[in-house]
Amino acid sequence: MTLLAPETAPPPVPRFDLRRLGLAVAAPLLAIVVALAVAAVALLVSGSNPLTVYARMLEAGTTTRSLVITVNNAVPLYLSGLAVALGFRMGLFNIGVEGQYQLAALLAAAAGAAVTLPGPLHLAFVLLVACLVGALWAAVPAVLKTTRGVSEVISTIMLNVIAAGIAAYLLTTYLQEKVAGSNNSRTPRLDESARFPNLDPVLHALGIATPQGTRLGGFVLVAVVVGVVYWLVVSRSRFGFDLRATGLSPSASVASGVSAKRMTIVTMLMSGAIAGLVGLPQLVGHSYSYGLDFTSGLGFTGIGVALLGRGSPVGVAVGALLFAFLERSSATLQRIDVPSEIYVIMQGSIVLSVVVAYEAVRRAGVAQAERAVRRAVDPEVAA
Amino acid sequence: MTTSQVAADKVGEPPRKTRGVRPRSLLLGAGLLLFLLSTVRVISGAEDITSSGSFGAALRLAVPIGLAGLGGLWAERAGIVNIGLEGMLILGTWFGAWAGFFYGPWIGVLAAIGAGALGGLLHALATVTFGVDHVVSGVAINLLGAGTARYLSSLAYGGDDRPPGSGATQSPTVHGLPEVSLPVLSSGPDLLGDLEDLHWFLVSDAAGILRGLTGDVSIITLLAVLLVPLSVFLLWHTAFGLRLRSVGENPVAAESLGVPVYRMKYIAVVSSGAFAGLGGAALVIGSIYREGQTAGRGFIGLAAVIFGNWRPGGLAAGAGLFGYADAIALRTNDAVRGLLLFVALLLVVVAIRQALQRKLPLTVATVLIAFAFFLWYATVDTVPSQLVGFTPHLITLLVLAVASQRLRPPAADGKPYRRGEQT
Repeated sequence: MTLLAPETAPPPVPRFDLRRLGLAVAAPLLAIVVALAVAAVALLVSGSNPLTVYARMLEAGTTTRSLVITVNNAVPLYLSGLAVALGFRMGLFNIGVEGQYQLAALLAAAAGAAVTLPGPLHLAFVLLVACLVGALWAAVPAVLKTTRGVSEVISTIMLNVIAAGIAAYLLTTYLQEKVAGSNNSRTPRLDESARFPNLDPVLHALGIATPQGTRLGGFVLVAVVVGVVYWLVVSRSRFGFDLRATGLSPSASVASGVSAKRMTIVTMLMSGAIAGLVGLPQLVGHSYSYGLDFTSGLGFTGIGVALLGRGSPVGVAVGALLFAFLERSSATLQRIDVPSEIYVIMQGSIVLSVVVAYEAVRRAGVAQAERAVRRAVDPEVAA
Repeated sequence: MTTSQVAADKVGEPPRKTRGVRPRSLLLGAGLLLFLLSTVRVISGAEDITSSGSFGAALRLAVPIGLAGLGGLWAERAGIVNIGLEGMLILGTWFGAWAGFFYGPWIGVLAAIGAGALGGLLHALATVTFGVDHVVSGVAINLLGAGTARYLSSLAYGGDDRPPGSGATQSPTVHGLPEVSLPVLSSGPDLLGDLEDLHWFLVSDAAGILRGLTGDVSIITLLAVLLVPLSVFLLWHTAFGLRLRSVGENPVAAESLGVPVYRMKYIAVVSSGAFAGLGGAALVIGSIYREGQTAGRGFIGLAAVIFGNWRPGGLAAGAGLFGYADAIALRTNDAVRGLLLFVALLLVVVAIRQALQRKLPLTVATVLIAFAFFLWYATVDTVPSQLVGFTPHLITLLVLAVASQRLRPPAADGKPYRRGEQT
């Protein structure tokens, strides 16, 4: 090995890479510090001591019960973040995850309740319907973009409202379970065969005792699988290469033979399919039906999670866990007279400061590279 | 015909006036719309189609949409896409209601404008100074705006010493600003009202519409309506406006001519937030702040900008249309059903125009759609309210899909600009 490497070759500049890695980690950390500072100001305004509040959040958030709930709540945020992040990788803004998952969850709930299938097949059917509906709804902005040049930002925002309207209409007219003497609006409950088992047996086997009434949802496994597939597709496949290339330079990739239209449609379909899964941890995990009170807003929070994670599945996972942790750990703050909504401010300021920090770091990286090139080309000018 | 010939032909032509609509065709269009609305009212018997109540509500509902739209217009004319309008609108509602309750409605209006402008400043800081992607920053501001309002609301109204009538997610009632009416015609003798009650074809409809637009109009509404011509004047008839728009069309050229690009963008985006904040005030003054009350109006404002082809007049028309759709949906279901007939008739008019232009396939398609709407009107008794709620959004999508080639956004809209970097 050493014989083959000519001694004059420059070393692979590990110091430089380390610095870039440091910069990449510095951005989110900086953002969290800024967010804590912003939240501290908000807390000071409300007359409470930020340090007490943070200590309390740390304490309340790290109990076994809280951690299990955090993981449970992070799963839909993770899927939502991945759906958005996939689009980001090629410069597409799928702001329509909100509408895609609501419509998908509703139709998957209705379809799942309408059929009788054995065991895992039933569950797979529900998942498939959700993915299909999400993908089809995402196909609308994709087709509008490729055929009519309509910006997906605007069309997905509009489609969110349209999806919510259609879902509410379908639910209250055709898909609602008629229960005598009750005016609830929800789909019929799913059979036992379409419910996802929880992971409590695994936790018990590991010696972790979950408190009464707290279950680790099994859907976290699906999230892990989706994450791995996402990584394989984006980072290890021809398609992923085209995807990232299109995101970095659309003109260059078109020049090298990538069909921008095809890429747009396929990416939006995949993003929509992931988005379709967002509502399912709740559907097949604990609610077993879709009602008017089905969780909303996951699509919008997912955009924040995706911005945090910068398109890498691990980054998105960290973002989702962080968001879920903030929400969970602030839940008991009401007891010390602090509005628990402080977590929403933290999430918002984290997202805003993280995008600013990433941009600043990117600029610093570019400037560094330019300086390095200048030094290499003409040492005297650099000096 | 080759390109050079086309160019040569173009040179010989007198310069075509591309801006604005001629007053005559505008009057003609308004007359046609009135005729169609009257016909629909008479056939369907839904008096609310042209009642003063509907049009008064339409105007009130159009104001926040139009103000958010003006915000979008100002920002996008300077090349900054402002998805954060929704968050700025929310900031406007919370601060408007809070300051309005404690210090009076006028202070509330000022506070709302200030809060919105602060949101705009944040957006300008992120997009202009730090060069963050516009949509990304806008999304973050929406999260932050909604979060701030939720937190402050819980803080101000969630405790035991809260003002009467408030709760963790809503403020107490804010005093309204005075309302004005056109003397004699819409108030006092109320001649228009008498005319409206006669239910005469065309005449009563015109009276109802006019009375709705001129009776009991809030000062904020008046202010908002005046801001449209003011924007036209500032943006299209002053040197300041020319510079601001040049920044949105070609910032590099603007910079080379000595226009302070960054400063213009800052002014535009901060004003944009101020407009949205005022829109928030329009929602809460004389009413209350409620969590989620903006219901995506910031986004509809953005839709109105697109509908109006990035022009104040078109934007106002879009806001008016969306406000009318909202107002009708809030009133009787008869009126909603009547709208189906209206759409059918409108499509027939469009089809006649297409036939005159000899676009046969298009004409056939339009007639078929018109027929479908007529069938819908004739066969159903009620239209589900859930479906009416998203009419503005559907219209926007259709406009984008059908007419996107004829829309002309500012050339450098949404593109990042760094001084000294050619993009």
